[in-house]
Amino acid sequence: MLNYCLRRLLLLVPVFLAVSVVIFLIIHWVPGDPIDNMVQIGSSPEQKAALVARYGLDQPLLVQYGVWLRNLSTGDLGDAIILRRPVLELIAENLPHSLRLGGLAFLFSTVVGIATGALAAVFKDSWIDRSVMALILLGSTLPSFWLGLLMILLFAVQLEWFPVSGARTWTALVLPVLTIGLHGVALVARVTRAAMLDISRRDFVLMLHAKGLSHQRIQLQHVLRHAMLPVVTILSLRIGWIIGGAVTIEYVFARPGLGSLLITSLAQRDYPVVQGCLLMLAIAVMLGTLLGDLVQAGMDPRVREHLR
Amino acid sequence: MSRWKNSALGRTVRTWRGGLSLAVLVLIAMAALFAPWVAPYPYDIQNLSATNKDPSLAHWLGTDEFGRDVLSRIIYGARTSLTVALTAICGSVTLGMCLGAAAGYFGGLFDRAVTAVVDLTWSFPEVLIALIFVAILGAGLYSTIVAISIAYLAQFARLTRAQILTLKSETYVEAAVNLGSGHGHILFRHLLPNAITPVIVAGMLATGDAIILEATLGFFGLGVQPPKPSWGAMMSSGSAQIFLAPWTILGPGLAIAIAVVCINLFGDALIDALDIRHRVRDH
Amino acid sequence: MALLEVRDLCVTIGSLQPLDRVTFSVDKGSILGLVGESGSGKSLTAMALMGLLPLLGGRVSQGSVRFDGTELVGLDSERYRALRGRRIALITQNPMTSLDPIQRVGAQIDQVGILHRGLTAADARARSIELLTQLRIPDAATVHGQYPHQMSGGMKQRVVIAMALAGDPELIIADEPTTALDVTIQAQIIQILVDLVRQRGLALLLITHDMSVVAQACDQVLVLYAGRIAESNTVEAIFAQALHPYTQALIACIPRSGQASGSLRGITGIVPSVASYAGGCRYHPRCSLAQARCQTEVPATQVHNTHRIACHVATAGAAHG
Repeated sequence: MLNYCLRRLLLLVPVFLAVSVVIFLIIHWVPGDPIDNMVQIGSSPEQKAALVARYGLDQPLLVQYGVWLRNLSTGDLGDAIILRRPVLELIAENLPHSLRLGGLAFLFSTVVGIATGALAAVFKDSWIDRSVMALILLGSTLPSFWLGLLMILLFAVQLEWFPVSGARTWTALVLPVLTIGLHGVALVARVTRAAMLDISRRDFVLMLHAKGLSHQRIQLQHVLRHAMLPVVTILSLRIGWIIGGAVTIEYVFARPGLGSLLITSLAQRDYPVVQGCLLMLAIAVMLGTLLGDLVQAGMDPRVREHLR
Repeated sequence: MSRWKNSALGRTVRTWRGGLSLAVLVLIAMAALFAPWVAPYPYDIQNLSATNKDPSLAHWLGTDEFGRDVLSRIIYGARTSLTVALTAICGSVTLGMCLGAAAGYFGGLFDRAVTAVVDLTWSFPEVLIALIFVAILGAGLYSTIVAISIAYLAQFARLTRAQILTLKSETYVEAAVNLGSGHGHILFRHLLPNAITPVIVAGMLATGDAIILEATLGFFGLGVQPPKPSWGAMMSSGSAQIFLAPWTILGPGLAIAIAVVCINLFGDALIDALDIRHRVRDH
Repeated sequence: MALLEVRDLCVTIGSLQPLDRVTFSVDKGSILGLVGESGSGKSLTAMALMGLLPLLGGRVSQGSVRFDGTELVGLDSERYRALRGRRIALITQNPMTSLDPIQRVGAQIDQVGILHRGLTAADARARSIELLTQLRIPDAATVHGQYPHQMSGGMKQRVVIAMALAGDPELIIADEPTTALDVTIQAQIIQILVDLVRQRGLALLLITHDMSVVAQACDQVLVLYAGRIAESNTVEAIFAQALHPYTQALIACIPRSGQASGSLRGITGIVPSVASYAGGCRYHPRCSLAQARCQTEVPATQVHNTHRIACHVATAGAAHG
């Protein structure tokens, strides 16, 4: 197991490098002189020269990349053009909000998703099952940002139960978490239900019936445990999706966070911030996927054999 | 006629799910195509004395903050969304199929390289990938199409590669190889036609996601730029008016929801009719 | 009165009728062999007796199953569940798949004791270990804590037998208990089952496709073909003089020592699928004695003492005693 962890961590390195190259090159692919994309309008030649020295902009691309990486390792992600603050600071301010939102949404999706999926499987073909299936259909096809806006309209504007935007109180978390979570619940419920129904067809389940156990008990004590493996698999594959959802929903609800930061700086062409955010988000996706893989491997020894 | 009726497409259309959703989709497509004739007003006529008006007989879905008719903008917006989504997915499917087929067929180092890149992008959310490319290419129609195209590339490359790998070991392929057929012949005459069906259906389902992605980018202000109407951008400006004119959000959102639900229902029904659920990746 | 009495049992699944008027009985302390090729409906009979047909989307459409005087067909599901694992136990075909792979085998046996006999966890554990020891599993205490994948097929099947015994049943239905096992282990398992019956006075319904197992272990035998009874009688009578062409063919297939190598005998043709059963006598397409009558008329079941037979040809020249 430890062996597998180490191997997986090592695999992360080339992946990270590849992603970092793409993000690094953004500044150079964007039309215009890189230096102009990093400074404010009206900077003096001395300020420009200082930047050139700091980022090695007069050096060949490969060296620049090296400089960028080196800067990264010391925490220097550049300075925001508009706000004139170190990018790292901005990220440090916004990261906790994103973590809170993402973490809660993930928890909500997992717990509610497994519960509803299990219920649907145990009471297959009943009205419970049909309602859950309808919920799954809605949750997976409705665009999440529209759902978010609808929630705001109904619960914040009309009913005034929750704040419309921002992150001042904990109640401001409810609607965003629900919005991201609904999509996640749909996914987890669908996989849980399908897995449980599939497992119920196996021989050992027949044996459990033959031993005189009740249907409910068989489903919830035995089948559900087996179904957890496919659920963990799908969750670890789709962790990136929760992060994507968080990015969108943060913007919809005007919450502080990496997502809002990224999108506003994209619109403002504040490329150092864009690069910093993209990098952080990419790392989050990679770490999330890694964690999912490790949990999977912990649950199923066969996974540990399959490392390319 | 009866051959068509018995084909998978024919059977799908005859179910409630398949027929109804297809009818709605055709309706939307027709409305988009014939927008200038269908829409009651042009999409950019401003009327600053009648901003944010409630739905009325003159304006079925009310007006937005510039006094423009919301319904007309939704109809014209369909053009944007459908064009962007369809173009992006077509490009994605074509490129993805080429990459996936080549990787699966030729194997070796090329395969390993393609698989590595594909697996990399596979775990990233499409939104993020699209944002990266919007960052590089800037906002606007063409960059949106390219960004969305690349975001879904991994999916189709993976799917095609998996299909090719399974089909490669079929006996009729071995026979073709033994007969001395060239690579191109085997790929285009034997493998691709059989691999193509699940990929096409997956492409159909991805179009729904692509519509949502286009709207999301538009919502961020990074998609198609004004004055061209786009569902996402309409909802974005609508959200600023959320207390005054909620229908500017409801209308486009409903349009997206209906289109995507119908695409998913139709695609699902088609999968059942073709019985290829095990071959199409389940998202 | 026999412990288990099955009369004219008919099973339907959807629009098909895989079992047609099956009749037999099993006494305490005796073993009935249910023989037939794969697809003859043997496992369905087991499922029908256990009341598990709904899991397959099937049901008993006709007939009666009496267990110790109680009618099982149409029995309330809660009462049926109380019987399962407690008074009627099932041993399935493939021990590789009939044990829960993520639960220790000991716990799976304990479960029966706790559920049906109200034992405490500790008592159930002690009893399970005792059962495993009786089934000649060495170091039963260690085995109790192992997972299925850590054991051989033969060991797993003994665990399954222990699970079946844990409720102290009166009737055991063993559905091809040795088919998935090595030939060397098969004989051991059959012997274990036979000993259990003799020592505890159990009734055993032994389902198998292997006539030599029947010869070795059973008191009575019922030959099933395509969902219908071909012939049934005591084992001595059947092997002395089988009258149904199918029974004769099955017996002829048993490999004998001294047989020339390469001379294994089989029966021509294959068992038909339920959807394509022949009209008249279902065996006639493969029968060397078939007449015109066999193609159109369903043979009536004739009963003489312990002998049952459904055949047009056999009765014609039969000598009953």
